[in-house]
Amino acid sequence: MNVRSQISMVFHLDKCIGCHTCSIACKNIWTDRKGTEYMWWNNVETKPGTGFPTAWEDQQKYRGGWELQDGKLRLRSTSKAKTITNIFHNPSMPSMDDYYEPWTYTYGDLFNAPEGADQPVARPISQVTGEYINIEAGPNWDDDLGGSPVYAESDPNLKNLTPDQREQLFAVERLVFFYFPRICNHCLNPSCVASCPSGALYKRGEDGIVLIDQKRCRGWRACVAACPYKKSFYNWSTGKSEKCVLCYPRLETGQAPACFHSCVGRIRYLGVLLYDADRIEEVAASPTDQLVDAHRSLVLNPRDPAVIAAALANGIHESVIESAQSSPVYKFVKEWKLALPPHIEFRTLPMLYYVPPMSPVMAHRDETTVGGVSEEFFHDIEDSRVPLQFLANLFGAGHQGKVLYALKKQKAIRTYRRAVTVGDIPMDVATAMLREADCSPEEAEAVYNLTSLCTFEERFVIPPMHREEAIEMMRDPLEHKGSTGFGFMESPRRGL
Amino acid sequence: MTIPGPFILDQIFLVVFPYVSVIIFVLVSIRRYRREAFTFTSLSSQFLENQNHFWGLVPFHFGIITVLLGHLVGFLVPRELLAWNSHPIRLYILEGSALIAALLTLVGLTSILLRRLTDPKVRAVTSRADWVVLGSFVVQILSGLYVAVYHSWGSSWFAALAAPYLWSLVTLQPDISPVASLPWMVKVHMTSAWLMIAFAPFTRLVHILVVPNPYLWRKAQVVRWYTKWALRRGSA
Repeated sequence: MNVRSQISMVFHLDKCIGCHTCSIACKNIWTDRKGTEYMWWNNVETKPGTGFPTAWEDQQKYRGGWELQDGKLRLRSTSKAKTITNIFHNPSMPSMDDYYEPWTYTYGDLFNAPEGADQPVARPISQVTGEYINIEAGPNWDDDLGGSPVYAESDPNLKNLTPDQREQLFAVERLVFFYFPRICNHCLNPSCVASCPSGALYKRGEDGIVLIDQKRCRGWRACVAACPYKKSFYNWSTGKSEKCVLCYPRLETGQAPACFHSCVGRIRYLGVLLYDADRIEEVAASPTDQLVDAHRSLVLNPRDPAVIAAALANGIHESVIESAQSSPVYKFVKEWKLALPPHIEFRTLPMLYYVPPMSPVMAHRDETTVGGVSEEFFHDIEDSRVPLQFLANLFGAGHQGKVLYALKKQKAIRTYRRAVTVGDIPMDVATAMLREADCSPEEAEAVYNLTSLCTFEERFVIPPMHREEAIEMMRDPLEHKGSTGFGFMESPRRGL
Repeated sequence: MTIPGPFILDQIFLVVFPYVSVIIFVLVSIRRYRREAFTFTSLSSQFLENQNHFWGLVPFHFGIITVLLGHLVGFLVPRELLAWNSHPIRLYILEGSALIAALLTLVGLTSILLRRLTDPKVRAVTSRADWVVLGSFVVQILSGLYVAVYHSWGSSWFAALAAPYLWSLVTLQPDISPVASLPWMVKVHMTSAWLMIAFAPFTRLVHILVVPNPYLWRKAQVVRWYTKWALRRGSA
């Protein structure tokens, strides 16, 4: 057992209101620079929809992530031999057209235009060329277009849905969508790291944050192609790739990342998970239907004395273990089994989990109205407006079991809480539902508390990072003061 | 005032230039790597334009690498090269492949130039230094092709004449007599090569210095331990 700690995340999709506050918080801090205008380290997608970059989930097109070949993991986009031939032109590299061409407006015209019959207009200009452009796409072009034939119907997750299920998803008055906020998953088996010819990408041993060493990145672009979530971006101005840094300078000073901190719907949770690093390869190569369970089995119980001993032996600080014991992520992922990894079939073992959304599932249509109460316990989940298969494609590698489990439990807890607070449902019905959903009343209360009443401190259990101790060994802390961030004070000037 | 004779010019272009160029190359590269490691990148523009990129960059790189390797072979093992060329068939094969590689480079360079000139996004990230680099490649490749076509069997006379000259530079006993009588186009080719070496460290050509060799033998996943690294640094 090789115990390591990982800062992990849970996004509770049922609470996401799609306000994009997270995206803006991130943009203002990290990607408001030349060359990064088009990047959204954090973005919020409408599902069904094509997302950002367009149809990123379609690995036939983007060739990201790993695939199993004769039981062995291979990168879809590259290999040691292919790196030599493809370094001049990466055939799996997306281009700016797959994202969008960033633009601004000629705001000066509003003030400087000569007096005339018409109102002055600020015209859009490209932030790459400075020329006038016709805007053809944007970072969130299909926002709220859940039923659109152009966008929603091109969602790769619809691939194995029956025509009936598709119709169900797009029928007028039954239209449904939910939001899918995304950041870098800080995977355990990151394909971006494995693909980098220069070895510039790395996973931090202490907390598992995946970073790109800006001084070693040579712009070979392999990570952009290899990441199946398309969360590694190429800065076209500096010629370096960049990605979500999980706001590590904030984490190191005990603050939640900006997107977590600013989340209006309070959908985000962050905490430490302890995992067994020796089993990563074996788990990542599991058969598709066992991936979710195998991934979950990597996560170790931070209260198990054997795990604690192994963690201490591996140099994990006691305070980090304590932090792991009160991690909200551990509860959602391991104890309650409510949170599921996105597209685990890409085999990168993402460490950002999602609680599948209940809202689009709950309501069903009677003759003319949309109702919320059903006679049977769980009949409306299998009969839901969003076909279960769609959610299974997103969160269960195409297999419905784990998603159904999470949705049933959520529904049972809702019914139970309704019985407690409103009282219009008999308590014996509610507890019977809980039993069927593999949930005790105590667990239901705990889930309810962490979902609905959670405080800042309960949502974000940030471990002490002990960077100061490491730094003290190297240099005078006073001298080092103020030098967090990218860690070097050279201006990120484009080379000639 | 007298115009310096060809001998003086040869001395400047073929003796002074090489030494000055190599010194500039080494010193500037080291200084740039130590002070501006951030600027060591390929500055790829594939992200901005993904179609013509293939037809430019792939033939250019495969062509130029083959051509440079050919020069290197002539420099390192001139005797063996001459022995190989002693059979006309083998000479034709070698010269033919070299010419194909050079033409491949020319095709690639042409589409790179057209792409840089016509695509507005790529032009937006093209600096003056990029034009200098591309312009010098035009000179270098056209002069090289001219020499290959009009002063044939270069692989043999390179081994016989240029290799001794280059070795005389390496051994710090510069002797231009082997190349002094070569046609002027060959001298243009050599002089512009030395110039390119001199300005390479100021341009995007530095990406040649950081070609990724460790990838071939490193493990797939890279983990950096700050604490362990700090301990190592602290004890050192």
